[in-house]
Amino acid sequence: MNTEPLLQVRNVTKLYAAGKGCADVSFDLYPGEVLGIVGESGSGKSTLLSCLSARLAPDQGSIQYVNREGELLDLYGLSESRQRQLQRTEWGIVHQHARDGLRMGVSGGANIGERLMATGQRHYGDLRATAERWMADVELDIDRIDDKPTTYSGGMQQRLQIARNLVTHPRLVFMDEPTGGLDVSVQARLLDLLRRLVTELGLAVVIVTHDLAVARLLAQRLIVMRRGQVVETGLTDQVLDDPQHAYTQLLVSSVLTP
Amino acid sequence: MQTMIDVQGLTKVFTLHNQGGIQLPVFSGIDFSARQQECTVLFGESGSGKSTLLRSLYANYLPTSGRISVRHRGEMVDMTGASSQTLLQIRRETIGYVSQFLRVIPRVSALDVVAQPLRERGVDEHHAHRRAGELLERLHIPERLWSLPPGTFSGGEQQRVNIARGFIVDYPVLLLDEPTASLDHRNAATVVELIQEARSRGTAVVGIFHDAEVRDAVADQIYDIASQSTIVQDRAVS
Repeated sequence: MNTEPLLQVRNVTKLYAAGKGCADVSFDLYPGEVLGIVGESGSGKSTLLSCLSARLAPDQGSIQYVNREGELLDLYGLSESRQRQLQRTEWGIVHQHARDGLRMGVSGGANIGERLMATGQRHYGDLRATAERWMADVELDIDRIDDKPTTYSGGMQQRLQIARNLVTHPRLVFMDEPTGGLDVSVQARLLDLLRRLVTELGLAVVIVTHDLAVARLLAQRLIVMRRGQVVETGLTDQVLDDPQHAYTQLLVSSVLTP
Repeated sequence: MQTMIDVQGLTKVFTLHNQGGIQLPVFSGIDFSARQQECTVLFGESGSGKSTLLRSLYANYLPTSGRISVRHRGEMVDMTGASSQTLLQIRRETIGYVSQFLRVIPRVSALDVVAQPLRERGVDEHHAHRRAGELLERLHIPERLWSLPPGTFSGGEQQRVNIARGFIVDYPVLLLDEPTASLDHRNAATVVELIQEARSRGTAVVGIFHDAEVRDAVADQIYDIASQSTIVQDRAVS
């Protein structure tokens, strides 16, 4: 492709102990691309995601990001306030537990409006209208706009978290097991929503999941991790249909199909 | 006619690391090419590697050695050494693939499943849906089913949805894995028509067809995997 990568990751290493964390990870992420990171629990997926999203400084390696203005930024060369600004404006971070990504003490509508206010919007009517539109977009009942997320179900909280992240039209979204812990029927609905939003908004996404079916549905490319190391990369269907590494073969052959 | 796909010395061996590293050789040293406006039929017994070869052409399987080149944006591109970005671009613009079975996605309607390749190319929903509807109609999927997810459809209906999805974009190269396997005579005839139309638009079709009647109706050349030779068909009726 002729476009520049959005994110350039080189030799990123963050180890808590040998084999614990992530080691020597490199890849490029292009605009509009969905990259899946798969592997079992403890394989270092979430550690890598924290490094990528400027929440955990790596021991070694570099992460460069091209912002909306086309400037190449070295993530860990930025001040904390600029990192936070990126997280609030150009990125979204969808946590596995919606509680980690929501403000539980304020209403659903306020959760959506908060990021807009952080980017300078103040007009109450506009904020409310935008919040309502996003509630509808993620299939939340608009009548619940003034209720606190504590009164929402798990699936609703997750959809609210997604609306809260996407309202400022981020270019890059990090997702950590976004469907983890949800009922299968709720999961299907959320996946359908994510798939639609990713296509419509042309989002670039890095999604961590241990669920290969989720990876197949959302990601065009996969990185397979084991004990902190990348063992295989490639097109999603190629990695899942013709896995090359022993560990990937084990992962793929261990999935039960109903 | 221009060569659209060129395969040289293609070898595929599956290595099963978790079964003691058993090696399963499928084929070795395959050479063939597929040209514009022609339908190349891959021929061979069950287990001879036809589907593996077809999947390799789509970069779904990774060749063990050899080369696959495809004409993409006017130039022959080596797919075996290409980056994921290039492969995704080739799939979006150049190569379409109709798998043997439809991969069903929960909650996505038949109409959306068919329209999706067009939507991914930036065609608006209205036009994509109209085109999807035309194809579903030709393939005799009743309109009352269009808004339903194909998960509950019969095998033949799912296959027709899959075929509609494959033919919705005028790909320069179209790979078909037994598209008529579970179709009745009338629908198989529609698929033959669709293939002939694609071919006359200039598409290079590469396919696997068990049904001899369908094969005879569409084949310009037959590549026999066992003998590794190409037989040119005398196409009387075009």
